Amino acid sequence: MNINTTKIISLLFFIFSAFYLYTAYQIQVFAFDENAPFNARTFPIYLGYAGLFFSGLKLILPDPNNIKVDHKNLEYKKTGILILIAIIYGATILKVGYFLTTSLFLFASYYFLGERRWILMFLLSFPFVAAFMYLLHGILDIYLRDPFLQSIGVMG
Amino acid sequence: MIEGILIGLTTALTFQNILMVMVGCFFGTIIGMLPGLGPMTAIALMIPITYGFDPATGLILMAGVYYGAVFGGSTSSILLNAPGVPGTVATSFDGYPMAQQGKAGKALAIAAWSSFAGGTLSAIYLLFMAPSLSKVSLSFRSPDYFALMILGLTAIAAFSSKGQFLKAMMMVVLGLMLASVGQDSLSDITRFTFNNMNLTDGISFVLVVMATFAMSEALTIILKRNDPTSAAKQVSLTELGSIKINKEERTKMYKTIPRSSVIGFLIGVLPGAGATIASFLAYGMERNVVSDEEKEKFGKGSVNGLSAPETANNAACSGSFVPMLTLGIPGSGTTAVMLGALLGFGVQPGPRLYMTNPEIFWSIIMSMYIGMVILLILNLPLIPYIARILAVPKNYLIPLILFFSVTGIYVMSFNNFDIYLMIGIAVVATFLRLYDFPMPPLILAFVLGGLMEENLRRSLLLSNGSWEFLWDRTLTACILVTTILIVVWHIYKTFKKKN
Repeated sequence: MNINTTKIISLLFFIFSAFYLYTAYQIQVFAFDENAPFNARTFPIYLGYAGLFFSGLKLILPDPNNIKVDHKNLEYKKTGILILIAIIYGATILKVGYFLTTSLFLFASYYFLGERRWILMFLLSFPFVAAFMYLLHGILDIYLRDPFLQSIGVMG
Repeated sequence: MIEGILIGLTTALTFQNILMVMVGCFFGTIIGMLPGLGPMTAIALMIPITYGFDPATGLILMAGVYYGAVFGGSTSSILLNAPGVPGTVATSFDGYPMAQQGKAGKALAIAAWSSFAGGTLSAIYLLFMAPSLSKVSLSFRSPDYFALMILGLTAIAAFSSKGQFLKAMMMVVLGLMLASVGQDSLSDITRFTFNNMNLTDGISFVLVVMATFAMSEALTIILKRNDPTSAAKQVSLTELGSIKINKEERTKMYKTIPRSSVIGFLIGVLPGAGATIASFLAYGMERNVVSDEEKEKFGKGSVNGLSAPETANNAACSGSFVPMLTLGIPGSGTTAVMLGALLGFGVQPGPRLYMTNPEIFWSIIMSMYIGMVILLILNLPLIPYIARILAVPKNYLIPLILFFSVTGIYVMSFNNFDIYLMIGIAVVATFLRLYDFPMPPLILAFVLGGLMEENLRRSLLLSNGSWEFLWDRTLTACILVTTILIVVWHIYKTFKKKN
């Protein structure tokens, strides 16, 4: 059996399905539902077995279309930074507020992707988010939580 | 009936009502383009405004918003690979690759014309078959729905080319597993939440679709930035915005549109089935009927692959009005909101609506059609400008896609956890995409998961745990036989090709 990344992913999926199946068997159902033809754990159990079956087949059968990815050409660093910025954005959006965090997220993302036209970067972050916020909050009446704007009295 | 059509036309074609349709189409298109805000939200937002008008005008405004939002959803699917609603997911399979090849204007034009044609044909079906089809839709039972879900999932065969069948099946199972997270719909028992309150309501569709499509697409573009094999083709703005559909493409559309409109309309008539299954089924069926040469183009920018789901999607939207208008049963979330609006106007949809309020019955049908005509007239000239979104440099476009994705989730839940979950799913999806694991089957399974479990539950409970329900009813057996035939045909064709 030739080991390639697709096989490793299939193995991981096999392990995941086994864990899913184990958890499915642990679902607590009501006593009167225990022997019912269908209860809360029936469908997940079928799914667990289906996952084991298909990933097992993928592991055993030969892979005619072995996908080779050239990792040297992949931009892991920039992608990692972008994900990190998105996580920080997600962590601060509720506490700080939509306007400031979103604007800073956009500004930082432009910067880390190599952009250096400062005026354009500014225009496409702070004023852009303000306009978008006005569309959602002001026109469409969709509530946007923003403690920062509330603290400086811009938002009611 | 002619008299009714004339009443509807007279009501719908007043200056005020045409203006309402235009305003509705415009706002609907803008709202539909925003991730997380689909037709249902767009109509819901319009309800307070419509109460200031008479029922016919209010419903005409809503019809405009509805079609505008559907078109807006297709636009974000094609240009950004960010389908905001399940019904436009299948549009992105060929629409987005076409846009990546510098044919964004053409892709949007094909989508607009296909939607229009699908809507036109379905309006005709609606005129002639609404009362009789409502009876057919009521004859569907849980086993039939379950079989229909299975048939819907066989659409994965459409994505299983080049030895991808097992990968597609793994993605189907993963999609169903994700759908099983949260409270069980009947017993309220929580499953796979690991005592996390944020997972009690399950994972939202917008979260999964934004993570697996928009966000993972953005991450993949950054990841492969220096990959010489995936370097983006430089295209001129004129090429990007061209809406010209050539003769060969028109010929393909002429064949695709009628068959997809029939599938879309019939599926749309069934309560609960809706535009998503219709668009996936039409896509899968189309792939099975086209030539081998055309089949190879599916997923890479096929005209048939784009036209089929767009036609079916719009035809299903019209079809979903059948149970709502004739039986008072909303067939989808959107029609449920419209039903609420109708009740607010003091109009009770049902078999007697046709007799008690003929002007409303016919003006809804006529205004839906006029809405589509206005949408086409308004949006076709705008396509060259809308398509230029793709001309925005990647350094700006990628953060903006991420921003729209996060905003879509934030507006829905105001919850950090959902944002982390979306980023996590996006990272896994990006990795899976690198190794050619297809995402569409995952989304289809995720959308169908809840419905499938619900119908399997009812079927098994009614048959005391016996699987005989699969062949007890002729309709169920017919759907399952069709499913088997499709799978066998697909395997046979693959086998024949290998030899």
